[in-house]
Amino acid sequence: MKDIVIEQYSSIIMGKNLYQKVWDEHAVGVLADGRTQLFIGSHLIHEVTSPQAFGMLRDLGLAVKFPHRTFATVDHIVPTDSQEQPFEDPLADAMITELRKNVAEHGITYFDLASGMQGIVHIVGPEQGITQPGTTIVCGDSHTATHGAFGAIAFGIGTTQVRDVLATQTLAMEKLKVRRIHVSGDLRPGVYAKDVALHIIRLLGANGGIGYAYEYGGSVFDGFTMEERMTVCNMSIEGGARCGYVNPDQTTFDYLANRPYAPKDTEWDNALLRWKSYASDSDAEYDDVVDICAADIEPTVTWGISPDHGIAISEVIPDPEKAKTPEERESVLEALEYMKLPAGEPIKGTPVDVAFIGSCTNGRISDFREVAQYLKGHNVAEGVTALAVPGSQITDAICKKEGIDKIFTQAGFEWRAAGCSMCLAMNPDKLKGDQLCASSSNRNFKGRQGSPTGRTVLMSPLMVAAAAIEGEVADAREVFEVSDQKESPHPRSLN
Amino acid sequence: MSIEAIHQVSGTAVYVPGADIDTDRIIPARFLKCVTFDDLAEGLFYDVRFNAEGEPVGHALDDSRFEGASVMLAASNFGCGSSREHAPQSIYRAGFRAIIAESFAEIFFGNSTGIGMPCVCGSAQDIQALTLAVEANPQLSVTINLQVMKVSYGAESFPITMPDSAREALITARWDSIGELLENAAAIEQCAESLPYV
Ligand code: SF4
Repeated sequence: MKDIVIEQYSSIIMGKNLYQKVWDEHAVGVLADGRTQLFIGSHLIHEVTSPQAFGMLRDLGLAVKFPHRTFATVDHIVPTDSQEQPFEDPLADAMITELRKNVAEHGITYFDLASGMQGIVHIVGPEQGITQPGTTIVCGDSHTATHGAFGAIAFGIGTTQVRDVLATQTLAMEKLKVRRIHVSGDLRPGVYAKDVALHIIRLLGANGGIGYAYEYGGSVFDGFTMEERMTVCNMSIEGGARCGYVNPDQTTFDYLANRPYAPKDTEWDNALLRWKSYASDSDAEYDDVVDICAADIEPTVTWGISPDHGIAISEVIPDPEKAKTPEERESVLEALEYMKLPAGEPIKGTPVDVAFIGSCTNGRISDFREVAQYLKGHNVAEGVTALAVPGSQITDAICKKEGIDKIFTQAGFEWRAAGCSMCLAMNPDKLKGDQLCASSSNRNFKGRQGSPTGRTVLMSPLMVAAAAIEGEVADAREVFEVSDQKESPHPRSLN
Repeated sequence: MSIEAIHQVSGTAVYVPGADIDTDRIIPARFLKCVTFDDLAEGLFYDVRFNAEGEPVGHALDDSRFEGASVMLAASNFGCGSSREHAPQSIYRAGFRAIIAESFAEIFFGNSTGIGMPCVCGSAQDIQALTLAVEANPQLSVTINLQVMKVSYGAESFPITMPDSAREALITARWDSIGELLENAAAIEQCAESLPYV
């Protein structure tokens, strides 16, 4: 009791951040081990991490407590050359059959292949308006952090926790610390949200965010579209932070208006008032604050096997001999050996075999629109396989309506159906041997893209397009003549 | 639901080298095509243990000296990347009952505690000394004691850390939280109703 009084008292002295507000509103109680029992507003599931959870429920004889708070789709194992069933891979087919059985048995909303709304779970949630400010959202997938772009507390969970949420709509959670990451000034032309994410991870490290929620703010985030905010929040986990968020504002509300699951009519007005109240108070307390100057951010690419192995496109590949510690030397050596890249040489000019535009980081409509604006009149270099994989069926449909798919295919890209695809290659889209892939996805781990010796270089979608055209890692600003003088042909407001 | 209190774990140990070991490395994505966790031990560290032809390349986990090890030793940021519980499940199903590392990624840590496999942190130096001792004598018994938060082996011991709540959950048999979560049904209903959405 005393603790509660002290907390209320202290909240009078200083403001609260969004994380604290949402946490307090969703706290059901305190468990015996000291963790909080946190209520989960919306639960997203997919075929890879949910079947075992439903199995555990069955073993325990438990039901799904609030079926209307869970939403399902299928993304990881879906083939993208054709979504027709049966899939060639019987295991993949068994997984989708299992998901269908589970959602039918428990009365869960499911965006299936035939719905026209299927896609990567982190693209579907926002698209449908399920992702809303001030909510708690979980999914058995670490990139659930994406939904934080709307001012939700959203984080990835394991399968045993998926079971907990299905059975109780709650989780045993430890409260995180909150780090405010403030990016001020203006991004230079040709620098994208992806570069901001890679830059932050490079600065703070792949484990820098352990124990923290990241609150992103400053003029760069204020000016960002929802989709750009999602790109950065998505990669919070690559920086070790379990969740990342941006305070909700007019941009958030405009995105949500008229989405299928967004509140309507008078409910909308009430929701707006409420949503605004979740934003961090101007005098909110943070455990830590990091200031970043937008002008310092260049188009960024990775050279190694961890997302914090990032360098500006103009920089050279690190030299292990210049490492500051023996551990750093070891880690650079290991990365270079795997990547088969020369120390001290420019990253620009590294030959590329595959180009991949897609994933929950950069497979949204704005990503394809942006690239399409520049791609006209260019051709994918000989010998390069280039894949464009929309993150959802809705994204695919809009691209087709706007003729964007044609621009990609005319340039030599293969236009595929919606899914995770080569982001982690659980479907047939895989690197072969030690192929090097210029990728708009989020992880450059060893073997991530389907070949145990495959190599991944992370970058923004426009940089992937530039790499596809040049057949090597290139500076998109040069390839597409993006200069300080020239306005982006695609104004942000249209995204 | 009866679950066991975990006060200590004892067994032989094996060191898995490398910092920032991600869950894709612990279990490559192609092994995730399953609807139960039963057969996951097979895929454990597969791509670092076997070459393209499926032949073992001499990884510590395939070294017969360390066969039967139940304690895994690792470096920092172990288990980063994907939230897939397949990673700790494959480690558990391969016979491991505890991991000692410099640090753990958060989701991996929670997933491991949730299945009753303690993850404890020790200093780089202490883990290195233990690794050397294990290499010299693979039959060395290593004990992780969660009550006094110490690892001991032979005549040596060193302090370890773990968040209080996880330690509490393990030693008081509450690591599987489902029972406790279910108990508060009334409070859950109340919270659900008080929420201004769905
Ligand atoms: S696109 Fe990649 S990171 Fe995103 S959910 Fe799919 S596999 Fe995971």
